[in-house]
Amino acid sequence: MGETPYVSSARSVTVRRMPSPLVEARGLTKRFGDFVAVDAIDFEIRPGEAFGFLGPNGAGKTSTMKMITTVSPITDGKMKVFGLDPREDGPEIRSRLGVVPQENNLDEELTVEENLYIYGRFHDIPKPVIRRRIEELLDFAQLVEKRKSRVESLSGGMKRRLVIARALINEPDLVILDEPTTGLDPQARHVLWDRLYRLKQEGSTLIITTHYMDEAEQLCDRLVVMDKGKIVAEGSPLELIRRYSTREVVELRFAPGAVEENLDRLDGLANRMEALADRVLLYTDEADVLIDEIHDRGVEFEQRLTRRSTLEDVFLHLTGRRLVD
Amino acid sequence: MATITNALRMVEADYINYRRTWRGRIISTFLNPVLFLAGMGLILGSMVDRGAGEAQLPIPFLTFVATGLIAATAMQTGFGEGAWPIMAGIKWRKTFDAIIVTPLSVADLVNGLLVWGGIHLAIASGVFAVLSAIFGALELGPALLSVLPATFGGLAFQAAATAFSARLEDDTHLTNAYRFVILPLFLFSGTFFPVSQLPDWLEPVAVATPLFHAVELTRKVAIPGVGAPVVTTVPTWVNVAYLAVMTAVAWLLAIRSMRGRLQK
Repeated sequence: MGETPYVSSARSVTVRRMPSPLVEARGLTKRFGDFVAVDAIDFEIRPGEAFGFLGPNGAGKTSTMKMITTVSPITDGKMKVFGLDPREDGPEIRSRLGVVPQENNLDEELTVEENLYIYGRFHDIPKPVIRRRIEELLDFAQLVEKRKSRVESLSGGMKRRLVIARALINEPDLVILDEPTTGLDPQARHVLWDRLYRLKQEGSTLIITTHYMDEAEQLCDRLVVMDKGKIVAEGSPLELIRRYSTREVVELRFAPGAVEENLDRLDGLANRMEALADRVLLYTDEADVLIDEIHDRGVEFEQRLTRRSTLEDVFLHLTGRRLVD
Repeated sequence: MATITNALRMVEADYINYRRTWRGRIISTFLNPVLFLAGMGLILGSMVDRGAGEAQLPIPFLTFVATGLIAATAMQTGFGEGAWPIMAGIKWRKTFDAIIVTPLSVADLVNGLLVWGGIHLAIASGVFAVLSAIFGALELGPALLSVLPATFGGLAFQAAATAFSARLEDDTHLTNAYRFVILPLFLFSGTFFPVSQLPDWLEPVAVATPLFHAVELTRKVAIPGVGAPVVTTVPTWVNVAYLAVMTAVAWLLAIRSMRGRLQK
């Protein structure tokens, strides 16, 4: 499952002439009083790609999404969505967007079907067309049996799928998903990824914000890492791992307090070394060689884990391990 | 054009929601008028009419109270609809966030809420009117006519409450507004007794309140030609203008505060 996303990143390389971007931002800035939520970022989202915004809480991801959806006025800089100006052409831009917000904001008192219907009407879609799309979307969201159920009776995963289905009622050119799987259990997350992957394969353009690295690796062709309102890195998941991490990581777990005394002995073994409370992470391109050396130097550890480098390593490297509350 | 169509889309959504939830509200829509008409109109009325009341009021107390109550109930309904559902849409359930990422704008959202508010108020006042006819307070015709001014007044309150609620972080202020604004208005704006009964210094205060104008307008419409002390000498156009200006200003403020809240 973890290997497939890279296939699609190859696709964007083979495209010779880039079609005009769906979203184009230059120096995009959002300030709330003195606080700079989004700090002069540049990005481009091309048709057919799944584009990720990664970053810790408060990095400015949601503010960026709200500017794209024309809900939040741009403080400074330039942005075009579908070549249109968010300040002038809000309704037209929104008529071509599908928006999945961070928090489910369904009408809990209404049924699954009614929620889809109302949204179709907001998009001014003729009733017969809405009815047809409702059938397709119920099927897509695996909610056919729940069509007459009130939303308040649905599970978290079902509600989330309904929010996504609702966002697709206008057959949007661009779907914006703000933390689509936050708060779901693993089963529900995988079902959702499966649905989003299908959307992607059907050629939809997706913007996904997330702080789950596995989600980004699964779904995103290209992504930016945001931190404190700025974009700190950009590329495909594989490119980012190559650029900011090594092929493999060896994690050593030590007895409490034993990290310090072993650091000297580990020095110079890996491309990069990171000491945590009870663990040391050694970033290397050849784990086997490294492990032999660790044994040769007589390092005494409690546990050893060798794994390939993930986007999470990149993320933590770029945004630090400090806690953001 | 788009403004009207978009507002109607909101009205349609509110109607679909109402279709699902009216059963929960119907108890208060029916029970409130019945309790008030019976308690205040019939029981208290029989005492008032037997005492000095008839000498002062040219109409039965039941008629007097019913025409006041229909407007006062519309005020409460309007306030309620502009209060908690707005907090829910903005904060508790965030359903408004879902609406403003469709082609509908914040203005469309508010227009739809208030147009639907008017329809809903007319339904609730209609129920009240029919009940007051059943209680014998009014003939059915005049009773139904009173729906219009009552709805008008209720809408002014709903718009004002919407503008107010859109700025709130939590609902303690709403509870307070209900206790310290709506309830005193309910009691002292001429619903249960003519404002001329108030102490001299308090009468102009009552006359300055919006509910007074809604109540007064309702009585003028439902009981044509009735004079003092049922209605005052304030001209009808003043009642209408007061409510019209209040509705218009509150409506615009509601759009403004909702924009400030939803489009940060």
